[in-house]
Amino acid sequence: MLPSLVQTAYIIAAVLFVLALAGLSRHETAKLGNAAGMVGMVIAIAATVAEALRSAERGPVVTGVLILVAVLIGATIGLWRSRTVEMTGMPQLIAMLHSFVGLAAVLVGVGSFLDTAHSDLAHRIEVAIGVLIGAYTFTGSLVAFAKLSGRMKSKALMLPGRHVLNLLALIAAIGCTVWFALAPQFPFGLIALLAIALLGFALGWHMVASIGGGDMPVVVSMLNSYSGWAAAAAGFMLGNDLLIITGALVGSSGAILSYLMCQGMNRSFVSVILGGFGEGTGGVQEDRDYGEYRETSAPEVAGLLERARTVVITPGYGMAVAKAQGPVAQLTQLLRDRGVSVRFGIHPVAGRLPGHMNVLLAEAKVPYDIVLEMDEVNDDFADTDVVLVIGANDTVNPAALEEPHSPIAGMPVLEVWHAREVIVFKRSMAAGYAGVQNPLFFRDNTRMLFGDARERVQDIIKAL
Amino acid sequence: MRIGIPRRTGDDQAIVAATPKSVGQLIKLGYRVAIASGAGDRAHFPDNQYADVGAQIVPGEDAWDCDVVVTAYPPEPEQVAALRPGSTLVAPLAPARSPELVEQLATQQVTALALDAVPRISRAQALDVLSSQANVAGYRAVIEAAGVYGGLMNGQVTAAGKVSPAQVFVIGAGVAGLAAIGTAVSLGAEVRAFDVRPEVAEQVESMGASFVHLPEAVDEQASTDGYATEMTARQEALTAGLYAEQVARANIVITTALVPGRPAPKLITAEMVAAMNPGSVIVDMAATTGGNCALTVPGEQVITENGVIILGWTDLAGRLPTQSSKLFGRNVVNLMKLTTPAADGEFVLDSADPVQRGMTVVKAGEVTWPPPPVQVSAAPPPAPVAAPAEPAEDPAETAARRRRRTLWAAALAGVLFLLIGSFSPASLLGHATVFILAVFVGFYVISSVSHSLHTPLMAETNAISGIIMVGALLQIGSGKLSVTIMAFAAILIASINVFGGFAVTRRMLTMFQKGDR
Repeated sequence: MLPSLVQTAYIIAAVLFVLALAGLSRHETAKLGNAAGMVGMVIAIAATVAEALRSAERGPVVTGVLILVAVLIGATIGLWRSRTVEMTGMPQLIAMLHSFVGLAAVLVGVGSFLDTAHSDLAHRIEVAIGVLIGAYTFTGSLVAFAKLSGRMKSKALMLPGRHVLNLLALIAAIGCTVWFALAPQFPFGLIALLAIALLGFALGWHMVASIGGGDMPVVVSMLNSYSGWAAAAAGFMLGNDLLIITGALVGSSGAILSYLMCQGMNRSFVSVILGGFGEGTGGVQEDRDYGEYRETSAPEVAGLLERARTVVITPGYGMAVAKAQGPVAQLTQLLRDRGVSVRFGIHPVAGRLPGHMNVLLAEAKVPYDIVLEMDEVNDDFADTDVVLVIGANDTVNPAALEEPHSPIAGMPVLEVWHAREVIVFKRSMAAGYAGVQNPLFFRDNTRMLFGDARERVQDIIKAL
Repeated sequence: MRIGIPRRTGDDQAIVAATPKSVGQLIKLGYRVAIASGAGDRAHFPDNQYADVGAQIVPGEDAWDCDVVVTAYPPEPEQVAALRPGSTLVAPLAPARSPELVEQLATQQVTALALDAVPRISRAQALDVLSSQANVAGYRAVIEAAGVYGGLMNGQVTAAGKVSPAQVFVIGAGVAGLAAIGTAVSLGAEVRAFDVRPEVAEQVESMGASFVHLPEAVDEQASTDGYATEMTARQEALTAGLYAEQVARANIVITTALVPGRPAPKLITAEMVAAMNPGSVIVDMAATTGGNCALTVPGEQVITENGVIILGWTDLAGRLPTQSSKLFGRNVVNLMKLTTPAADGEFVLDSADPVQRGMTVVKAGEVTWPPPPVQVSAAPPPAPVAAPAEPAEDPAETAARRRRRTLWAAALAGVLFLLIGSFSPASLLGHATVFILAVFVGFYVISSVSHSLHTPLMAETNAISGIIMVGALLQIGSGKLSVTIMAFAAILIASINVFGGFAVTRRMLTMFQKGDR
């Protein structure tokens, strides 16, 4: 009876997972969705634990204690991290969690090989694929984590002949898979499997290291996807439908997010993954003289805002770096109390994670119904008195629409320059991630406010 | 070098060319500043404030005996005569309307910069006194009108009944016009505006007024120097009709139409005034150059037979002397920054700079007016469209080829899948069915996720991909020690995912709050 009960529990859990993701489609149902996910997880794990205790070769007590200890340690770490993480550090946390799924997939894959007495060809291929994807996800996510948390330079690593290196590693991995599938006897089978894991580690490390920091929204989404595929592969090798379904859900979720991010940058997925963007393109574009930019001061901006009736704020990664979301929210509240209409325009790839800006603003208690997507706000700039560009650059660059030879040509951007006044908060006149000069800074209706975004916003609040 | 700030004596001349603050900035540029005693009195800047920042207080006539003399009004002939040959005069000079003044300045062997002849390019706006003074004047015009108008500006609903807002009509949407529009709108009036340059309609509407369009399309006046030009006869006839209609229904009319170097155009005829309601107000901001209304008397208030009040004040900016002086002083400082590149107190005129060249009326006794024309629009001429490197492909053909390629790829994948599938064990195919269907379910479910929830979505998928723990749970009871150890590690890290992921999702979701309005 127990196996059927476990299977039934799995079906219920799978349905709850689908509902969990469906719930996240709207703010109103999001919390309910999260609850559904938790319930599904509890059901799935409870059923599995029951099954594991029944079939344990070490006896139910030892097995049970081992499971309890492992889960308790994991739960403590997980809950502690989730409580202490700052929202600006969200991308790192997500990348870290991806790497765990990858590592777990490697461990489960190797364990599955060692544990199965009579593994057949199909099973071995599944194990090899699962380990390869898991290993790639593990190191790729670690590198993404290191880059996002500043432990590694976010600049793209440019090894000579990197495409050839990748290709060779991939071919070697396929070779090892064939070897492993055909000669599983100890110790060669294990060596081949470990070689696959090592090649996966190397590939993941190198490919993500070659991608610059600004492309991290795509990379993190992609690794999200891979962590799902790794789970699905584990499902195949264990013959577990729940793992397959969950892995497929997560995998397609990450794939869609990567696709949306690529669209937001008007670049193909392949070009992002192969890396190197923003490094070699600088020399191609002609040095055009855009004229002079004009500086302004915080009290002047305060004066402008005081007279404005509609204000749109377009934040970018720089706002997260300066941790300016708190003061920005305070400024928003202040202006709204005075009857100024304040809204936010969020570019799809603003920040280092899909939806990163939304979370930052939500943390700072900006109501989500004034935080709009690019398409919702783009038509309204013409009726906007003042636009505050805080830490964004490429996402507000008119060159994307006006200069057909610009490296970012065709990228959809926030058309802030239609507004009456544009204030750009920036640390210096340096170019953005794409290495492209931004003609917006030289427009007649643009004024630059240099310095740390957080301090400048606080100055404005003081002046108001 | 020493800068002199003379005192003005005329009754309607309250603006002073430097405030204590701007004097401080001039001193920082390396100048010594001599200010005539009592120069700032009417703008409420007493002598001691100037002395506090380091200015020298001198008797009236001494201020004219300096290397650079800055005044807020055109000088009188005897004052020009007091200028030291070789010195520089900075003042509004209206060079186009006052040739005799220009002549006298040249005879005096001085250099003269006209603060009211700044080229209208964006870089020069910081030193354009016409803009800064017109802005103040536009504001004051509305206040003056409201002062003599017998009604409320804003509409109200009172216990005694409804009050309609005042109808304000503004002619000319330059700096003054826009300032007047903004002020009238903020007082609650219903504002309409007209300008012969239809391209300013957007600016007018952005200030909260409605733009009155001509009944039929008239050739647009492309303005290349930033000022409106005089109109053709045909346009004139059409606009006259528009004025008659709008003026008759307005309670307050504010006219700001100026043509540089010429008398103001007469836009409002005596007949139009006669058609207005008694108690209506006209503020003629062009009174200095003759007025836009036929009945305007510059500097006077006129009440017509039918009770229309026409204000011809020529000193609207001067009626806010403190504010106007501050702005004027700032304009002067900005000019001095331009002409004192080394900040060493040496006044250096750079004739290669179009802004400085444009303002220079007389240079060391030589008349340099009028300057060569300056194009306002700084945008570079449209770049030639680069020819594509290779002949453009027919997009339809490219699309067709892409379609063919996709079709081939799909067919190939299908065949490959069939081959692999037919050699696979049945259990694998069962799992494959589940997998493929789940991918499609995932695709449709995730596609509808709101963009703002993408980060929580990722955290949630992180949590549920911790389901990989299931595999490790089934392995941990294995008889092999190595497998148990690996499974233990896998359970541990997977549970970090499960607990951490759900908890952080929950934390984020509680942050998202709907606004209260």
